Amino acid sequence: MALTTAPDPTRRGPGSVRAHAERRRPGRFRHSEGLAGYVFLSPWLIGLMGVTAVPMLLSLYLSFTNYDILTPFSEVEWVGLANYERMFTADPSYWHAVRVTLTFALIAVPLKLAAALGVALLLNRAWRGVGLFRGLFYLPSLLGGSVALAIVWVNMFNRDGAFNSLLSLFGIQGKPWVNDPDWALETLMVLAIWQFGAPMVIFLAGLKQVPTELYEAASVDGAGRFRQFRNVTLPMLSPVIFFNLVLETINGFQGFTAAFVLSNGTGGPVDSTLMYTLNLYITGFTDLNMGYASAMAWVFLLAIAVITAIFFSTGRFWVHYSDGEDR
Amino acid sequence: MVTATPTADAPTGAAPTTRRRPGGRSVLRLLILVAIVAVVLYPLIWMIGTSMKSQEEIVNNVGLLPERFTPGNYTAGWSNFDVSFGRFFLNSAMVSLLTVVGNGLSCLLAAYAFARLRFRLRGMWFAVMIGTLLLPQHVLIVPQYILFRTLGLVGGEWPYLPLLIPQFLATEAFFVFLMVQFMRGVPRELDEAARIDGAGPFGIFRHIILPLSRPALVTTAIFSFIWTWNDFFRQLVFLSQLEDYTVPVALTLFIDSTSQSAVGPMFAMSVLSLLPVFLFFVAFQRMLVEGINTSGIKG
Repeated sequence: MALTTAPDPTRRGPGSVRAHAERRRPGRFRHSEGLAGYVFLSPWLIGLMGVTAVPMLLSLYLSFTNYDILTPFSEVEWVGLANYERMFTADPSYWHAVRVTLTFALIAVPLKLAAALGVALLLNRAWRGVGLFRGLFYLPSLLGGSVALAIVWVNMFNRDGAFNSLLSLFGIQGKPWVNDPDWALETLMVLAIWQFGAPMVIFLAGLKQVPTELYEAASVDGAGRFRQFRNVTLPMLSPVIFFNLVLETINGFQGFTAAFVLSNGTGGPVDSTLMYTLNLYITGFTDLNMGYASAMAWVFLLAIAVITAIFFSTGRFWVHYSDGEDR
Repeated sequence: MVTATPTADAPTGAAPTTRRRPGGRSVLRLLILVAIVAVVLYPLIWMIGTSMKSQEEIVNNVGLLPERFTPGNYTAGWSNFDVSFGRFFLNSAMVSLLTVVGNGLSCLLAAYAFARLRFRLRGMWFAVMIGTLLLPQHVLIVPQYILFRTLGLVGGEWPYLPLLIPQFLATEAFFVFLMVQFMRGVPRELDEAARIDGAGPFGIFRHIILPLSRPALVTTAIFSFIWTWNDFFRQLVFLSQLEDYTVPVALTLFIDSTSQSAVGPMFAMSVLSLLPVFLFFVAFQRMLVEGINTSGIKG
């Protein structure tokens, strides 16, 4: 063993042993840190492989089969692109679900963000009690996608629910909103908008970052409140608006609980609340078409990726970062 | 993006416009805010009010609050099904608390590796982790169901394993990311000092990072609890026996029974189901709002 540790005669310089040791130490440490890195990372790695990556590959495979949970894997039939073909050409309820989801996201998300920004602007002053307001506005978001809230919502927009009794105070004859195919989705939109608290809090954080000097400068230049909002607040806030827009759009596409509760898991009345994810659930777990549901899931994933990519590529034109770095 | 550490103080000094003498404008502002609060709170107060109305009053009294408070809906709802609602609450509590433990532990370990240790392919793994942030759970639910079912874990001996295993494997990338951001704020000099004292990566984790990560752990714990308590989709998919149901899944049983007489009990149980989240909210209001402020957490 002594032989291997003997100083190498070919090594240059006099203090070669020391230089050797010093060179080795950080290297050896890095090695043990590398090992430790993987030890600490191992739960995540196992999770990534077992719960995310392998299931994703499985789902990709299943999307080319007509798998139902009851057939053993060995007898699963490979159907090629049939699921995708059916989805795009022969399944009107699929396209209906796409339309419902897009309608929901296109209307509810902007209105929710507008409400969030409006209230954030109102709350962007420090006075006693502002924290209480903030908390109260955030409360609905916190109760979020809970079944209890959805139940309350459905009952509120029932024939003899609270909303109609409120209308009757003004002499307006209400209707059973949740049972009306023309209005059921709208009641879900109102629920989503009502939960404006989460983006509001993020807007508030963004508003705090706007330097006051900018307002002072604008004010000196004779800009009124509206012009200050348009030329200072909006551009300075654009990264936060962008962040909220991406987040809320993705969330909007995934709406499930309220639609499930309103329709008792059917997407009704007359498929008016058949959100994409609800359609996927029904296909996979009620009708046991798991192959077809997997194909739907993959298209959903791609759609979200494409929409996010579109956001990021158009964001360059209207999102301003104050450090001048356009990310 | 709004991604500072969860405890970082917002630069309140940057907003001197904030202190003004009260004037006509502030009164108007206050009136508008009170009006919005009324709209926001109306459904919640109506829910609580209805939960205490008698069956007769639910039909006839359209007012927000009952004329006579009756607790009957609560007792009726509690034992409305073959299994008592207490059981559902216990199930939910167990799933939520174990999720808190799982997320806290596993995400902390992963975050320490990402934030502090140098190892091969770290950058790549980190990018993968960020990528999984965007992955909707609906995409994974079908294959995960098949996987867990094949392993005999769905409706098995202990039916909560499919809900809990992913949580113990740091699959909630959001919390990993939150903790990484937090740990990056912990001064590296502390690591260096510990290293000089002879501590290795494990020692540094145990004696420096773990104690200092308390705020990030608390934020993770609060949101893990609330999200799991409110979660419906996964629990709906993985739980099939009545006695295994969690509160959200049990609540949907009321919708199945379309009889009008179930409205009162249904509201009573809805109120109770929101109570734990509400209590968390009251207890941690400040932290929650600041946690979201600084990390962009979704509610």
